[in-house]
Amino acid sequence: MDEEKQQDNLDIVWNKDTMQKEKEQRFREHIRDKEQERNEQYNKYVNEVTPKPDSVGDCIKAFITGGCICVYGQVLMELLKKFNVAEKNIPLWTTILLILTSVLLTGLNIYPRITTWGGAGSLVPITGFANSVAAPAIEYKKEGQVFGVGAKIFTIAGPVILYGILCSWICGLIYWVLHTFGLIQI
Amino acid sequence: MVFIRAFLVGGIICLLTQILMDKTKLMPGRIMVLLVCTGVVLGALGIYGPFVKFAQAGATVPLLGFGNLLWKGVYEAVLENGFIGLFQGGFKASAVGISAALIFGYIASLIFEPKMKKK
Amino acid sequence: MQNIESCITANDGMAGKQSVIFSKPVYLTGYVSIVGQKEGQGPLGKWFDEIIEDPMVGRDTWEEAESELQARTVSRLLEKSQYKKEDIRYIFAGDLLGQLIATSFGLEKYDIPVFGLYGACSTMAEAMSLASVCVSSGYADNVIALASSHFASAEKQFRYPLEYGNQRALASTWTVTGCGAVILSSRCNNAQNGRAIRITAMTTGKIVDYGVKDSMNMGACMAPAAADLIASNFTDLNVTPDFYDLIVTGDLGSVGKQIVLQLLKEKGYDISNNYMDCGIEIFDSAKQDTKAGGSGCGCSAVTLCSYLLGQMYAGHYQRILFVPTGALLSTVSYNEGKSVPGIAHGVVLECVNPAGKEAM
Repeated sequence: MDEEKQQDNLDIVWNKDTMQKEKEQRFREHIRDKEQERNEQYNKYVNEVTPKPDSVGDCIKAFITGGCICVYGQVLMELLKKFNVAEKNIPLWTTILLILTSVLLTGLNIYPRITTWGGAGSLVPITGFANSVAAPAIEYKKEGQVFGVGAKIFTIAGPVILYGILCSWICGLIYWVLHTFGLIQI
Repeated sequence: MVFIRAFLVGGIICLLTQILMDKTKLMPGRIMVLLVCTGVVLGALGIYGPFVKFAQAGATVPLLGFGNLLWKGVYEAVLENGFIGLFQGGFKASAVGISAALIFGYIASLIFEPKMKKK
Repeated sequence: MQNIESCITANDGMAGKQSVIFSKPVYLTGYVSIVGQKEGQGPLGKWFDEIIEDPMVGRDTWEEAESELQARTVSRLLEKSQYKKEDIRYIFAGDLLGQLIATSFGLEKYDIPVFGLYGACSTMAEAMSLASVCVSSGYADNVIALASSHFASAEKQFRYPLEYGNQRALASTWTVTGCGAVILSSRCNNAQNGRAIRITAMTTGKIVDYGVKDSMNMGACMAPAAADLIASNFTDLNVTPDFYDLIVTGDLGSVGKQIVLQLLKEKGYDISNNYMDCGIEIFDSAKQDTKAGGSGCGCSAVTLCSYLLGQMYAGHYQRILFVPTGALLSTVSYNEGKSVPGIAHGVVLECVNPAGKEAM
């Protein structure tokens, strides 16, 4: 009899406990939802008050800068033709000269100023890639040859090389499969 | 005239990228990865080739062209060597660009000192 | 004007949930600010103690440069306020670099016990709060509170190498190159024009996260923390916004300013008439192309230790609530997709006459 009573008491305590816990759980969820709602509203508000870039102006600058760099590449190509460089080597020489120019401008601290003005215009060409290699090399030389220059030289350019190679490998694999099973002829 | 075509096509590629940057706030590193991968895919689909013929430097100088080059390398190596070519072509085609950037970058690190930005 | 002592609610010194009113006086007996060239060319240029043209401060790396800034600031502070280094019992100091290396290498030669602090850009108030607690409780007679930042070392650590070209967002801020330091003492020995400055209260901030992820918009990340702290200060001390002649935030910038005013309005406080942000004042954004303003621990520290204290000694401000704000992020937390929480710490500075009563 006593035992039964005790059992009942325990049940009640247990029930109370679980009820309490459930209540707390619900309360926590409620708080979390409220917080989420607040954060969403806040982010929306922040979006409204944050100044937007002057897209038209930025685009014109990017267009001019990018166009000029490409024309510079074209000029190099024409000059190389005049110097009787073998046809198949012209693009390679052009790449080397473009990269050399960009690295020099990086060292002289001019390239970052071009990008500040031209945005994507000087980021998109191969010169932007060269800038992203030379900049960490110069900046991190103080941290040593191996872990400074050696490792950090890839901080920005490394992902480009990795995903470029990976992506071309995947496309190549698809092509190889299609080609091997005779699904495409070229 | 080829200079005007190079200017226009190169400029338009940069302009489109600028729109993407302003709209998505993507960091430059991601933009560069995106461009190279897009170039690879466009190359593989055979879309980028005609572009290069039309605009020359206007299409090869942007990183899209670098992607296209990677694709061309893999494609030619697969035609020549089969499966093993998949592991050959990419680096072969991009060797000059990557080596030049690394070597010149290293030399620059010997010559130049870090400088403060003014703006 | 309300009297701050009347705000003590219970227990000696504890006020409300997160504030302290110092029952034993804490005097500010020395201050110095040293800045870089760009800051020197800004609107507050004439107020700084020293402007260093060489961004490397005569050293080899950006990190060493920031250390050197700290070292020179402490030297100059001791000289200006005529203390010997033996008079200083503790230094509370911090910077933005990983593991506080600017502080470690900057202060090692002084042979003074140091507490290294990280409060992101709110470090100056954190240092002043703890230093005040130390002095008021009688465990120290003279304590230095210091904070520094350097544009190049911060840029290198948090963003890109300086030679890398990129476009800065309109809401982004420019890290201030500079170091500011104060001496807090139990006795006053430096009254100017019959005025001395006391730290009368502090409010310690909570970490406030409104889920903003854009690290190029620090003002928006930190504004909720600033609003939370300012409101808490009002309720804890049971005062209204006009209790202060000036409420100063650290580096919210033009975007954050707008937001903090709005958030406080929603809480029922209007501070638009006596509000200022160090980040907006330190640069001429239009001329110097700093976008939304200045930032970094150095921003609030050097503004306090130049213009603000100067104005207080000149009698223009009687009572200031100084609220530097910090964005609590690292490159790791950012890459792992975390939001950027903010924190703010508040310190109340008050002009008194040297005898200890409030100046009129």
